[in-house]
Amino acid sequence: MDLTLNIWRQPDAVTHGALHTYQLAGISEDMSFLEMLDVLNEQLNAAGEDPVAFDSDCREGICGTCSLMINGQAHGPEVTTTCQLHMRSFKDGDTITVEPWRADAFPVLKDLVTDRSAFDRIIQSGGYISANTGSAPEANSVPAPRDKAMRAFNVATCIGCGACVAACPNGSASLFMGAKITHLGELPQGQPERYTRVVDMVAQHDAEGFGGCTNIGECTAACPKEIPLDVISQLNKDLRTAMKQGR
Amino acid sequence: MATPTLVKGARSTRSTIALKLAMAVSGLIFIGYVLAHMYGNLKAFSGEEAFNEYAHHIREIGEPILPHAGALWIFRVVLLLALVVHVASAVALWRRASKARTQKYAVKKNIRSSLSSRTMRWGGLTLLLFIVWHLLHFTIVKVDVSTGDTGSDNPYRLLVDSFDVWWMTVIYLVAMLALAMHLHHGMFSAIQTLGFTNTAKSRARAREAGWILAVVVAGGFSLVPIFTLFGVIS
Ligand code: HEM
Ligand code: SF4
Ligand code: FES
Repeated sequence: MDLTLNIWRQPDAVTHGALHTYQLAGISEDMSFLEMLDVLNEQLNAAGEDPVAFDSDCREGICGTCSLMINGQAHGPEVTTTCQLHMRSFKDGDTITVEPWRADAFPVLKDLVTDRSAFDRIIQSGGYISANTGSAPEANSVPAPRDKAMRAFNVATCIGCGACVAACPNGSASLFMGAKITHLGELPQGQPERYTRVVDMVAQHDAEGFGGCTNIGECTAACPKEIPLDVISQLNKDLRTAMKQGR
Repeated sequence: MATPTLVKGARSTRSTIALKLAMAVSGLIFIGYVLAHMYGNLKAFSGEEAFNEYAHHIREIGEPILPHAGALWIFRVVLLLALVVHVASAVALWRRASKARTQKYAVKKNIRSSLSSRTMRWGGLTLLLFIVWHLLHFTIVKVDVSTGDTGSDNPYRLLVDSFDVWWMTVIYLVAMLALAMHLHHGMFSAIQTLGFTNTAKSRARAREAGWILAVVVAGGFSLVPIFTLFGVIS
């Protein structure tokens, strides 16, 4: 298939960027979206131009590194990661606009690459449990009720890609935070730090410059792991409980 | 802007979620009020005497323990405080949100959000304008647009003379559309902000509550102007 690509080009973090248009011919519908960009980059290399910088690592939908806004949708038109998106989701002759995640908390480093270390700092501020080191404890010594364990496992699938922030009109990271709060808060191991965790993570979130949530729900529509909106309710509830405890 | 450092001395009360909770609680106070107000307006269907008697009665609630119109003033103060809290939090969160994405997308699609959820801010501002206009019209100046008189002491006549004028009815119906939209998302949003939608089922319930509230409140309020314009209430 033949495509017209509008791609955000920005040489570095401080220089202004702009959309550039490229023509690509003979793309196979079995290619992944990133392979399509690889083809473009070979073409640019051959012409002596700077290739388009974009992030990817595992290319199998589990690391959360790939991050592209494709035609106004985070990770494109399917419920999956950019690396697992295939060109069969597009038609011959399509124009595809590719932009980086837009959030001031995720500054653009170059072209389509953003700095998402704000998420690392949110995790660092509270997204952990304390455990004694030494030999691993017996796996079944801390029983977890089945429904709670299921909910924890379901939301633990969050890969920290940032699509929720990219899709949110407020630039809020509430779905990401809610996933972590719910994941750790449903398990016995997460209880000791539960209410300091939520206060610390939300404070870090706010300091990073993410917006406040207005329960619009674009985040969950964009999430490749289908993290449900109820984690945001859980986040709010845990924060309200922390407030009651005077934290 | 992203910050390279970790926050120290975090407080729950200084968070964006605390602002949201303030909005939810003040919003729920408004909801209680609009429900009562809507019910009261429907007295217009019982005729001039019943309606004016009701308007008069509001001023006597709590007497003789409270002074004349004492309860009414308590309600007014509570509502005014709620309005200040609601609007101040809305403005603070609006400013945050615009700073959170200073570079806009060239192309951005909305996939699952409702129109009402995306218009909360401008819709809320419309409601604020309407509230000012509405208070001037019926409470402070009491202007009768068909005669030009002000300071009417007959609430029923003021109502009928107002909604006999088609453009007055239109203004109120547009405001009720704005209110319906604000309540459709606001009710759901408040329940979620308070943390009561921790399952898919409770979330669906909260969305239904938004629909029902929007239809009941905006529908109920709209009946009186419409039936007045068509001469049923006269
Ligand atoms: C009759 C008057 C009003 C009622 C019944 C009402 C009710 C509500 C409720 C229940 C919420 C949900 C709170 C939450 O999300 O947790 C809300 C949100 C909001 N309200 Fe109001 N409100 C009213 C007037 C206003 C006014 C005058 C403004 C003016 C700026 C406003 C702006 C907003 C905004 C920006 C939101 C947040 C949007 C969101 O959560 O998605 N509201 N309102
Ligand atoms: S919640 Fe979903 S969209 Fe957000 S970071 Fe996790 S996996 Fe990505
Ligand atoms: S590259 Fe790892 S999820 Fe896409």
